[in-house]
Amino acid sequence: MRMSTRRVRAIVRKELREYRRHRSVVVATAIFPLIFLIQPLFVVFRVPSATAATLGQWHLLLYMLAIPVLTPTMLAAYAVAGERQQGSLEPVLTTPIPREEFLLGKALAALVPSVAIAYGVYAVFLACVVLFAQPAVAPAVLRPSDVVAQVLFTPLLAGWSIWVGIAISARSSDVRVAQQLSLLASVPLVLVTSFIAFDVIAPTLGLAVGFGAVLLIADAMGWRIVAPMFDRERLITGTRG
Amino acid sequence: MTTYPERVLAAAGSGGAPALSVSHLAKRFGDRLAFDDVSFDVARGEVFGFLGPNGAGKTTTVRTLGTLIAPTSGSATVAGLPLTPENALEIRRRIAIMPESPGLYLRLSVRENLEFFADLYEAPDPTERVGRALRAVNLADRAHDACGTLSKGLRQRVALARALLSDPEVLFLDEPTVGLDPVVAREVHELILGLRERGVTIFLTTHRLEEAERLCDRVAILNTTLRSIGRPDELRDQLFTKALSVRTVALLDEPDRVFGGLPAVDGWRPDGSAGYVLTVSDPEVAAPAVTRALVAAGADVLSITESRHSLEDVYLELIDEEKETASR
Repeated sequence: MRMSTRRVRAIVRKELREYRRHRSVVVATAIFPLIFLIQPLFVVFRVPSATAATLGQWHLLLYMLAIPVLTPTMLAAYAVAGERQQGSLEPVLTTPIPREEFLLGKALAALVPSVAIAYGVYAVFLACVVLFAQPAVAPAVLRPSDVVAQVLFTPLLAGWSIWVGIAISARSSDVRVAQQLSLLASVPLVLVTSFIAFDVIAPTLGLAVGFGAVLLIADAMGWRIVAPMFDRERLITGTRG
Repeated sequence: MTTYPERVLAAAGSGGAPALSVSHLAKRFGDRLAFDDVSFDVARGEVFGFLGPNGAGKTTTVRTLGTLIAPTSGSATVAGLPLTPENALEIRRRIAIMPESPGLYLRLSVRENLEFFADLYEAPDPTERVGRALRAVNLADRAHDACGTLSKGLRQRVALARALLSDPEVLFLDEPTVGLDPVVAREVHELILGLRERGVTIFLTTHRLEEAERLCDRVAILNTTLRSIGRPDELRDQLFTKALSVRTVALLDEPDRVFGGLPAVDGWRPDGSAGYVLTVSDPEVAAPAVTRALVAAGADVLSITESRHSLEDVYLELIDEEKETASR
């Protein structure tokens, strides 16, 4: 099947325009990054200078990996259920866009802002730590291996959340239900990243490679798995043909 | 067997394949039958009306022909292609559907909505296409308004512009004037008439019988199964006998002697204080004969007109017939 980049780009552009002008989407997208920025900053700024080095036993940067897990669920859950709810899905489905292109466009439209927000929040955190925290904090928190893991795992985790969110969205008729279910589905991943951040699970190179490979495969397969769940007839009539 | 109006025959050309050809098409959702055994052809350039009460299966038929849902049985050719899953994308390239609800992105402007759909159709020169579609529905001056700020009628016009973006071979309009006030509905009628003049094949589902009568070359009446199909005048002839309505200043002394002797008149009955309804086989032959007989009888004639049944009469007759059959 020939993939039309023009159609995929059109979906991405349209989605980004809609997100920007949809206040509840903007608010929902901003909540988790704020929570996962304020919490670590609070820890970093409260720690006394004498005990700053103890922060090194944790991986605060990896704790922030919850941002790319949770942020895109809000957008992905809106992807299909939102269109369906506002009645715009049927006109789109009457055009010659294959479902694979439609879903890819939706996924990219959720990925781009989610990853941008996550990287932006990391940058703010790093700047705050370097500029305003006790001098001993920065070396304890900003370990190169954690920064690399954070940068690499952000799109992988976001990708996984997006496909789960779109899959749920394609089967839901209500945006709120889709968002709640998507959040629920992302809890296990948040727990894993949190366990790693607080050293419950030791963050080794082997674990990183294995976890990364699993996410990479899941992201690549997600599109293929979610596409068959996108049943035009059920989405339009509410019944299976 | 229905005959096509001359306008349609001229638009279709000689020997051209129909724009739509439907044969014994049926759709069932579990135990519920949406429509059954539907067969008809629509010629290229024809405006074809699809009438029926709520739940008759009109929208499901449109969605089926538009490849949005799969038929349970039967076959169809849409814009020259067999209705199969393999042809779905190509069929959707050749047709456009305007659903009952405009389904616009309310936070986007009119132009942004149309540009998005022009891209989905991969329309060449999208800016020009969007401009042309906006001009066609007289919305060029509202191009930058958010769709959420538009009235219902204007949203319907945007939806029509969206349907025109791909220059479709067949345009499906599903209840295009539902919920619109008469002035806006008339504007939409004018737009449809404009498309008809350009030779676009239009499949129009509607509840508004006067709309179908005004716009459509032929109509089909559906109530799960196809009840009747033909030109509005053909349907009238099929269901109702032809009649002349005669009005005189005063009642005739011996109406049976005046009308009974006329070979062109099959029967008569009084109608009101000074009127008669004559059953005739050919009004054009009967009217002069009746006029002469009335004058010869010394009657003061006010009017002699052909009784015309509206499409609404045809529709109600067919639906009532079906209800009676069902209740037996």
